[in-house]
This record gives sequence, structure tokens and C-alpha cells, in this order.
Amino acid sequence: MRLEYFQLIDRIVEVKLADRKIRSEATVPTASTIFEGHFPGYPLMPGVLLIESMAQTSGWLIVGMTGFKRMPFLAAVKDAKFRNFVSPGQRLSLSAQLAHEGSGYMVMQASATADGKLVCNASLTFRIMDFPNADMHKHMLDLAKKIDFPMEALADG
Amino acid sequence: MPSTFDTVANIIAETCDIPRETIKPESHSIDDLGIDSLDFLDIAFAIDKAFGIKLPLEKWTQEVNDGKATTEQYFVLKNLTARIDELVAAKGA
Repeated sequence: MRLEYFQLIDRIVEVKLADRKIRSEATVPTASTIFEGHFPGYPLMPGVLLIESMAQTSGWLIVGMTGFKRMPFLAAVKDAKFRNFVSPGQRLSLSAQLAHEGSGYMVMQASATADGKLVCNASLTFRIMDFPNADMHKHMLDLAKKIDFPMEALADG
Repeated sequence: MPSTFDTVANIIAETCDIPRETIKPESHSIDDLGIDSLDFLDIAFAIDKAFGIKLPLEKWTQEVNDGKATTEQYFVLKNLTARIDELVAAKGA
């Protein structure tokens, strides 16, 4: 994770476009100014950032489903549950599955585990839009390389 | 079996916390009921699931933006339910 760049995903582990599923992983940094406030003497990964981790994982599946032609924007978070604390240095395994593909929107079920325990899950709704500009499209393509997005998976979708 | 209108009105009432009795076939979902685009996504999701269809929201929005259709054609509830019935019929054809 590079919290300062809001990059919550380290690596895409697997994309199964035919099954509308994705898995990713991310390691919570051992040090961050965030932990100075959340909380002093008891650092915990904030729940909102866990949601963002699930949203980014879901988002990569959606980008892949559109063949990197469209961009998801988080529109709603429902039934978010934080079931266990996440501490600095812990490795998260994230997964997301398409629940519904609508016209211009998608609903995903996402979850994260750490050390084999479910730490959070939520239903996430995204608006799907054309990339607003070429810079953003390029940024996503560049980032996809950095996090090992399997571009060959696009051929299977 | 409830009518298409009743199903849609119940979805709107539940999703948007709008009193069911205020939702009429003549109601404009945006102008009369005050449903915004985000709430409409929830409604579309529930309608898609309830009827096993995919409301073509992007196409409708594009038509309205291009001046080829009015919002009344798609978002007045009696018109919306007619569209849903068409989509359900097309699915079964």
C-alpha cells in the first residue's frame, strides 16, 4: 500500500473475467502518519481505508470487464461490516465478485481477510463512465502494470 | 401477482422512504418524487432484479441529453412501467 498516493492495492493476484471475480493483496504499511491519529498508542487501519481497498479491488475487475475502456466511480457503500481489527504490517487478501451488471452501473460484493480471518465485507455500487480524459486512461494503464494486472485475462472475458 | 406499477411503487417507497400512497402512475420520479440519480441507481437495481431485465438507463439518459426524448417518457411512472413491460415481453419473446 502507498497510502500517501491512495494506492491501496499492491498486486492483483487473479482476475477471472468469465466468472466476474478478482483477488488482490495489499500489505498495510508499518508506519504512516495516519496511525499517529488512528489511534495514538493503538494503531489500526481505518475502516474507511478498508472500504477503499475493497473498492479499488472491485474497480480493477470492472475496468478489466470493460477492456480498460471505462472507469468505475464509487457511488454507494452498503452493509459494510468491520469484523476484526487490522494492524500495521498485516497482509490483506481482498476479493470481489460482480453481483449485478446494470446499465451504467455495477454492484459488487467485496471482502477482505487477514491471517485467514474475515476482517470486512460490503456491497459496493459503482457508476461506470467513459474515461474523462486521456491522462486518466493512461494513468490506469500504467498503474495496471505496476500492480501486475494480468492483461492477458482480457482476452478471456 | 402484483401489477408492474405496484411492484415499482413498492420498490420506490422502500428504497427512497417515500410514503407509498403518494406514489401515483402520474408521478414523475424526478420532478414529483424528488428521486435523484443515485437513488435511481438503487431503484434500477431492484427493478432489474425483480423483473429479470436490464433497464437501459444509459441509452435513456443519452436520448434525453440529446433532446431525442423527454424525461417524462421514461421517468413518469406509468411510462416507466410500460417500458418495463416491454422489456419483460422482449425477454420472453
